Amino acid sequence: MAVQTDSGRRRHLLSALVQNRPGVLAHVSGMFASRGFNIDSLAVGETEDPNLSRITVVVMGDDRHLEQVRKQLEKIVTVVKVHDISSEDYVERDLMLIKVQAPAAVRAEVQALVDIFRGRIVDVSPEILMIEISGKEQKIEAFIEQVRPYGIHELARTGRIALVRGDRPMEADHEVTTPEAGAAAEAAEVRGHSEL
Amino acid sequence: MAAIDDRRTSTRTASQPTTGADVLVESLARHGVEVVFAYPGGASMPMHQALTRYRDRIRTILPRHEQGGIFAAEGYARATGKPGVVMATSGPGALNLVTGLADAKLDSVPLVAITGQVPTHVIGTDAFQETPMVEVSRAITKHHYLVSHARDLARVVKEAFHLASTGRPGPVLIDIPKDVQNTIVTDPDYEVAMDLPGYRLPAPPDPRKVEEVLAAIKASRKPIIYCGGGVIASDGAEALHEFAAKTGIPVAMTVHGLGAIPSDHYLSLNMLGMHGTVYANYAVNEADLLLAFGVRFDDRVTGKLSEFAKHGRIVHVDIDASEINKNKFAHIPVHADVRSFLEAINPKVVAGDWREWHKQVDEWRATEPMTYDRRDDLIMPQYVIEKFSELTGGEFIMTTGVGQHQMWAAQWTRFKYPRTWISSGGLGSMGYGLPAAMGAQAAFPDKLVVDIDGDGSFVMNIQELATLYCENLPVKMIVLNNQHLGMVVQWEDRFHAGNRAHTYLGPIDHPEAIGQGEGALPEITYPDFVQIARGFGVTARQVRDKAEVEDALKEMIAHPGPYVLDVLVPYQEHVLPMIPAGGTVRDIIKQ
Repeated sequence: MAVQTDSGRRRHLLSALVQNRPGVLAHVSGMFASRGFNIDSLAVGETEDPNLSRITVVVMGDDRHLEQVRKQLEKIVTVVKVHDISSEDYVERDLMLIKVQAPAAVRAEVQALVDIFRGRIVDVSPEILMIEISGKEQKIEAFIEQVRPYGIHELARTGRIALVRGDRPMEADHEVTTPEAGAAAEAAEVRGHSEL
Repeated sequence: MAAIDDRRTSTRTASQPTTGADVLVESLARHGVEVVFAYPGGASMPMHQALTRYRDRIRTILPRHEQGGIFAAEGYARATGKPGVVMATSGPGALNLVTGLADAKLDSVPLVAITGQVPTHVIGTDAFQETPMVEVSRAITKHHYLVSHARDLARVVKEAFHLASTGRPGPVLIDIPKDVQNTIVTDPDYEVAMDLPGYRLPAPPDPRKVEEVLAAIKASRKPIIYCGGGVIASDGAEALHEFAAKTGIPVAMTVHGLGAIPSDHYLSLNMLGMHGTVYANYAVNEADLLLAFGVRFDDRVTGKLSEFAKHGRIVHVDIDASEINKNKFAHIPVHADVRSFLEAINPKVVAGDWREWHKQVDEWRATEPMTYDRRDDLIMPQYVIEKFSELTGGEFIMTTGVGQHQMWAAQWTRFKYPRTWISSGGLGSMGYGLPAAMGAQAAFPDKLVVDIDGDGSFVMNIQELATLYCENLPVKMIVLNNQHLGMVVQWEDRFHAGNRAHTYLGPIDHPEAIGQGEGALPEITYPDFVQIARGFGVTARQVRDKAEVEDALKEMIAHPGPYVLDVLVPYQEHVLPMIPAGGTVRDIIKQ
């Protein structure tokens, strides 16, 4: 098990292309569980190639920990490619459906919040609005906090998905770097904050 | 005597259509499989029927338990370097393979395990003898398949053999529903392409890395080789031998590295780690350069990680990228097959001037030799192994169970060749010795194959005596019988004030069961291995006098068939030296 330290821990976004076959997701998530790697978020879906799916995983850890996670992922035979895109210029999104208590008295306030966060109201009932909202994790979290006082009835989130910006596909080969012994990782840089 | 003729179906075999089971077995034959360890059952019968049609090409050995079958396949694989093949039926049959799969995964043994599965249309209905084998084995195989179409079989078998035997070897499971086995396949394509887009083998060693390692060796004053199972698995023993001889760097071996260079070689420091030699552990501790070849910095080797080899730079060569930097940071990481690395560096290496270092190592060797009490009133287990080793001169294949006897065998056998030492290291599976020996013997029918076993381990797969007898496998078994679970007893003595907690193997009303015995050898031992062996048709002899040992060993070695030599040894004896778990060289227990 990779040694985990409190220093140098950062959030990593791993994007893995896997063969689109039954059991692959179970294999990947089972590997995380059996090796004690904590997953913050995991999303999976088909890609432009029906033979391949993309798994986007968010994990916390220092560089050595992450090196282990990546190598263990790459070792799974059905995992075709793993890319740590945390240090690249990427766009990440999380989609949420949330039902908020919004009786007539506060409905306008809630609607105003939805507008500010560029969400959409997708279902209306007398007491409740269902809102669709997408964006970076911080934005989603911020919206949840904003509507919490009104009362959250239910919510569902997809987990994070991400792609690198520009015309370079992220499947391109990347140089495998080895972290220095005990080197503290830099704090995560904020990138791609063009929304909120 | 009355008899009923059982030749019921002998005529109906001509011109049968090819089924999935036939494709499977034909594929096995095409991959050079000569021996299959297979225990039949409802869901695997079609495959067994197909095996009978290949009798002239594939020997099918019937073990008496599926665990015996898979350990035998491991023994076969480790003796030959080729993938071992084991087959079992669905449900309980398949589940009995689980320990062996995990064992092969941890020890990187190439294995193809084939299991029958309930028919596809009842999968998921809790059908009779249904177990989701792929789910069960996911974390303990290198890869796994549930074959849903007979047309995929040839490709799956091809991929399975490729995966099992290349890169870091490991077990691959193929789960085949019964209807797939029975499906008729027209024009099977055995030359089908593999579909493994995510499986890549390491590139040839990077010349820059080779130069870096050469420079590190040149700069070193106290280098040491930490040689592991990867050297054996890559058939790199010869290359390692050359590397050591050309450079003059001493070699410490892991339990799976034993045999990489002969035990008596002047550069051999024998085994390192928890029960390694004091001089090997001192040398690793003092070294300024640790050349880690085909190893994984296992806790039984390193003890306390932060203290292990902390004075030196570490070169780590391994075929599995995930092993590099997993437990210990490598200053020079080399992701490569260890044999190709050694073959790339060998033409360039030169001997360094390490006279001071050799002098120091030799001093440790002289002052801290391996030792045991050479008394005559009792048979010391080390004596039996030493004697066997001396009588055979390294011309054997040795397997072991797990426990004290295993460590004594590792410490006191003089190995001469690679692939002559087969033991469960990573998983430490008791009951491994007898079936593993059976597999090695099936691979080499004319070699002397010996299982050094303990009375606890031996019982765990003792049913395989039937296989030895019925399949004419002349395995020799030396049971170092101390009537206890010796290694646990040793830990009880060292760390639990000698409190016996279910470690005595005789009846519970004996005083030994609660640690109140006189300490003398028992008049009657339990169980009676000689009688058990005879019941299986196997020759056996019990020895309780040291003067008899040599004669008994000679008798055993000369015996044409399987032979159990039951040797009574004292349970008070400990495996030494010992570095307690998580300890360092400063904690070595020497007596």
